[in-house]
Amino acid sequence: MTYTTHSEKETEALGERFAEALPAGAVAALYGDLGCGKTAFVRGMARGMGLDAAVTSPTFTIVNEYLGPRPLFHFDMYRLGGADELYDIGWEDYLGRGGVCAVEWSENVPGAFEGDEYTVRFEKTGDNDRQITIEGGPVSC
Amino acid sequence: MRILAFESSCDETAAAVVEDGRKVLADEIFSQVKLHEIYGGVVPEIAARSHLEVISLLADRALKTAGVTRRDIDAVACTYAPGLIGAVLVGVNFAKSAALALGVPLIPVHHIRGHIAANYLAFPDLEPPFVCLAISGGNTMLVDVRGYTDMSVLGQTRDDAAGECFDKSARVMGLGYPGGKPIDDLSRQGDDRAYDLPRPAVNDGNPFDMSFSGLKTAVVNIAHHAQQTGQPLDKPGLAASLCRVVSEMLVSRTMDAAKLLGYKNVAVAGGVAANSRIRADFEAACEKAGRALFVPPLRLCGDNGAMIGAQAYYEFLAGHTADSSLNAYATMTL
Repeated sequence: MTYTTHSEKETEALGERFAEALPAGAVAALYGDLGCGKTAFVRGMARGMGLDAAVTSPTFTIVNEYLGPRPLFHFDMYRLGGADELYDIGWEDYLGRGGVCAVEWSENVPGAFEGDEYTVRFEKTGDNDRQITIEGGPVSC
Repeated sequence: MRILAFESSCDETAAAVVEDGRKVLADEIFSQVKLHEIYGGVVPEIAARSHLEVISLLADRALKTAGVTRRDIDAVACTYAPGLIGAVLVGVNFAKSAALALGVPLIPVHHIRGHIAANYLAFPDLEPPFVCLAISGGNTMLVDVRGYTDMSVLGQTRDDAAGECFDKSARVMGLGYPGGKPIDDLSRQGDDRAYDLPRPAVNDGNPFDMSFSGLKTAVVNIAHHAQQTGQPLDKPGLAASLCRVVSEMLVSRTMDAAKLLGYKNVAVAGGVAANSRIRADFEAACEKAGRALFVPPLRLCGDNGAMIGAQAYYEFLAGHTADSSLNAYATMTL
């Protein structure tokens, strides 16, 4: 499904709807360039999952954890050199923790996914407009 | 009291020996050690493994530099949150083992509290209360430091850190990573009003919160438009305009906080404190408001072990020690 958003708030709202129906253990692989709204989308996901958390960029720490009944693990692979560095960040441990993993800059870690992930692609179509394509996600969002 | 302190929350592995929270006897950082001297070959930048491989060597080196033996160590401290979990775990577990083996207390330290404490090392006379702006590649936080271990977050970024805004803007402008220094250098030759950049408003709730993501997007848009229309991008002007807006957001909130709290002292911590525009604006604002400004030297602004040892001393005095059940946390409030 492809969606068009016209503001950061709309991108957040789409993330919120997307995450509401996500099962525990789901992985959302996010693709898109700088300033496309990926972090805003994940902020919406946190809200959709009922987490009362201030979601900030995980670029520096690689992963931020937002704990709750269904936790959200927010990754940013921007600084990673390749899939072999996944081991160093404890990627497989996170997959087994019963939460939802949202992964920014999935481009950098093609080996991380096993084919059962949700793919979310962000494209900038104007200063504020974004085209967001979600594959594998709930049809109703 | 001599504390052996470890920092391993992100890319750097560090070990230090600090006396009474103020005096640095040794401060060893892995990234400053020539890799081939230790074991040759290239080490991945982000690797819990590399922390594991060097932490013991760094501990020995710190003791040697300090001119002390293991028996002279009165406590062991480590960063236990926040950070890259695999990396933090290495420091926590090494510190636990060391404390157990030496039979001395174990002191867990919050990474950002450590950054704030870097000021105690640089300025022997500085004491709380003061307001501290912690700005780095990963954090942007305005803190009310009421006491050495009594502090609260006044405001923070809602999205990207200030340093991250510089890093990512630099990337878009083709200046490389990390971007803080090249943007700073370039900005000195530019007109700081060349571009009208937005000041991302945080209207709802906390007036001390900040936002930098919209600024990054604006820089992306400006670079993109220049490319599409074939117009040359005024890089020095863009860098100078960016520094001006980032600095205005940080300095105004920090000064407002100091005024509200009635504090005479204003401190800055973290790597972004090296930015010359931010430093100059803080100097001017503090002079105008009659407040004293504290900015540690660059060596103490980045991640290091000494700052952990400094804060650990005050945590110990407050009774904040841990036993072998201490865990590491990726995310933790101040």
